[in-house]
Amino acid sequence: MIIKLEIDRWRMGLAAISLLFSIPVIVILSSVFHGVGDNWIHLVDTVLADYVTHSLILMFGVSIGTLSIGVTTAWLTSFCDFPGRKFFQWALLLPLAVPAYIIAYTYTGMLDFTGPVQTFLREWFGWRAGDYWFPEIRSIGGAISMLSLVLYPYVYLLSRAAFLEQSSITLEASRSLGMGPWKSFFYIALPMARPAIITGLSLALMETLADFGTVEYFGVSTFTTGIFRTWFGLGDASAASQLASILLLFVFILIIMERFSRRQARYHQPLGRQAHAQRFQLKPGRAWLAFMACLLPLLSGFALPFSQLLIWTVETAEEMINDDFYVLIINSLSLAVVTSIMALCLALFMGYGQRLHNTMFMKFMVRVASMGYAIPGTVIAIGVVIPFAWLDNSIDSWTRDQFDFSTGLLFSGTLFALVFSYLVRFLAVSVGSVESSLGKIKPSMDDAARSMGLKPLQVLQKIHIPIMRSSLLTALLLVFVDILKELPATLLLRPFNFNTLAVRAYELAADERLADAASAAIMIVLTGIIPVILLSLSISKNRYEP
Amino acid sequence: MFYKKNLLLTALVSLVLSAISSSVFAAEVNVYSARKEALIKPLIEQFSEQTGIHVNLITGKADALLKRIESEGRNTHADVLITTDAGRLYRAKSAGVLTRIQSDTLNRAIPDNFRDPEGYWYGLSVRARPVFYVKGLVDPEELSTYESLAENQFKKRICIRSSNNIYNQSLVASMLAVNGKEKTQQWANDFVKNLAIKPKGGDRDQIKAAAAGQCDIAIANTYYFGKMLTSKKSNQKQAAAAMAIFWPNQNDRGTHVNISGAAVTKFGKNKANAQKLIEFLSSKESQRWYADVNFEYPVRRDVPPSDLLMSWGEFKADSINLNQLGVNNTEAVKIMDRAGWR
Repeated sequence: MIIKLEIDRWRMGLAAISLLFSIPVIVILSSVFHGVGDNWIHLVDTVLADYVTHSLILMFGVSIGTLSIGVTTAWLTSFCDFPGRKFFQWALLLPLAVPAYIIAYTYTGMLDFTGPVQTFLREWFGWRAGDYWFPEIRSIGGAISMLSLVLYPYVYLLSRAAFLEQSSITLEASRSLGMGPWKSFFYIALPMARPAIITGLSLALMETLADFGTVEYFGVSTFTTGIFRTWFGLGDASAASQLASILLLFVFILIIMERFSRRQARYHQPLGRQAHAQRFQLKPGRAWLAFMACLLPLLSGFALPFSQLLIWTVETAEEMINDDFYVLIINSLSLAVVTSIMALCLALFMGYGQRLHNTMFMKFMVRVASMGYAIPGTVIAIGVVIPFAWLDNSIDSWTRDQFDFSTGLLFSGTLFALVFSYLVRFLAVSVGSVESSLGKIKPSMDDAARSMGLKPLQVLQKIHIPIMRSSLLTALLLVFVDILKELPATLLLRPFNFNTLAVRAYELAADERLADAASAAIMIVLTGIIPVILLSLSISKNRYEP
Repeated sequence: MFYKKNLLLTALVSLVLSAISSSVFAAEVNVYSARKEALIKPLIEQFSEQTGIHVNLITGKADALLKRIESEGRNTHADVLITTDAGRLYRAKSAGVLTRIQSDTLNRAIPDNFRDPEGYWYGLSVRARPVFYVKGLVDPEELSTYESLAENQFKKRICIRSSNNIYNQSLVASMLAVNGKEKTQQWANDFVKNLAIKPKGGDRDQIKAAAAGQCDIAIANTYYFGKMLTSKKSNQKQAAAAMAIFWPNQNDRGTHVNISGAAVTKFGKNKANAQKLIEFLSSKESQRWYADVNFEYPVRRDVPPSDLLMSWGEFKADSINLNQLGVNNTEAVKIMDRAGWR
């Protein structure tokens, strides 16, 4: 009887939470059923093919970019020894703190036709427009590069954690059976890390699909720009949500791929803590190559744009940095701290609930609740505004009828609504990390603990949480950084007179005042760096350092 | 786990408290503004100082703010909606979330063509979208109208930003209103062939690209040009200095203009204060501020534009009823889609 009650509590709780956080997505999708209108036919006739192909090319390019940078650097810093390794293992995460649209703006400033690089080339060689070829930064290729540079840390982070968790026994066995380092990598380490790598990749791709700032600035028409154009330009919300649902189809395929790759191989690590496999000492020539392979992404994803921002900040500091500015920092920080903790608690609940009751229904509910990640922020924000306003107005009518008293809007325009929308958007990140690290804990551990009389919650508390500590921190900090960077939902849902760093940076950048935007942008990066450093310390410290 | 629960609780409580304590001022007015904070806050602060009325502000994208007003319904927080184009004001009016303003002050200050005939919205500043050309490279005699820019002689010579941008949508909407659907479609098809580069970046980027030799002609709003001319950055200044303004369509309807404007919401709780604020924004001092700080043209005829704006010469502005920009917006977007104008 007691057991039955427990099951129901988990199942009900999980269903309720998942339902709650999928409301915005459902609200958006519900207008799909308004039927096919003229505008939809117009879209199919003219621009839909562009949206689809551009989004696909973007995803394909970003996959190649993030995988090649992320996995290579993760492998090098986990399994090889070369000068600077210790520095790179945390520094490689730094680009994570840079919002994609900010890096797009800075690179455009540098590499565009009118930027210093090309201007210098023209003056030096006496070229004129059309005389020479130079890669066009504001193109789909440029967008792929920008997104890859700031999103590869997802792949790096998760695959490195997976590499480090690989027990030395397995790798030593492979080496002792005569496999060289390359073979060990391709046949043992890589396949074993595949679930983590794919989780990282799917996070990067969902961010790619949701990106608006970069593609809009570069003039690449994708689903996100299409949704905006249809909604606000054509003024047709239902055609826009029909576009959004095609976008969701892409997301579903991504999720299924990720699930599939995880299901095919369920790798549980052997019990206990073992020393990390011995690192390969690289010969000088190779060590130099390894060094460059790690330096390049760091330089182009972080050092270069950061220095440009720094120069702009110094130029404009007098005007831009004042008391208001410090308020912005505090606002951004407190929102990020509060929400990331909430996201982690929810993710633990959902991940563990799913582990307890691994039914199709539970899986489905968790997936639905984490779809928000790939949907552009503005669309989510509107999906949040509508139900909250409806709730507020319903409460208001009820109290008016019953007590002749108006409550006004209780939730709309409060931080509560804003935090809710962040959770809708970023729950996928924390759920993803919690799930993948829970998956690595052998079910026999649960059974043992349960057989010794622990209740499910106690198992979570005493067994899983300590084991997963570093993954939980990862989940916490990823969401933290994401919230610092979040813009569209903040813009629409924040209360009166409340601004954040991202809002300030965007408003100035959108007004084409890049230099003035730099101080806020650099603060986002700097605030984001602290957790990023904590994050990398925790990964390497946890157990694996020899 | 326990401390985590505590943290969560504290977080929740503080959130709820902050929601409730959104302080109650005796006299206040709530503004949803699509004008960026930096371009409205200084004026609002002056208003509060003069009148003692506290102003609460959020800024955002016009359509998103409008959606918020719509769904908040009769309990909406918003008293005033400020947008940066007439099309969105028309959209708000059609959505039924605005109320008529009855103000002699406003009617006297703001010319007929810059306000809604029924009094639902009022323009506060004017933004012109003329043609810029590279001095020395283009003979201004070559230029005449927006329509003529689709002619063959301008092949691969024009820079303009993406058609996602509302200013381009409004420009095409204004052409639709006079030339009709078929002619405008033909114009857009030909015009796209004349673009030197794929549309990207903002208005300043078009001016910079032309100055650097990527094209001869750029289309942009004048205030960006003004900001570039007065910029501290030497490259912006130089780029702008290489360009000159041509006012198109002076012999027929006039150069395309749009407005930044304001309206009072239907369900706002502070209608009187809202009206006061809009009247303040149309006052002579505020109007001068638009011209001096953001290089926009004042809506008032009795306030002269800033010296810099005067130096660009006087021009005849298109006197179309600006609601038409909103009416034609959807069709304009479709036309640009069909023409392949990204």
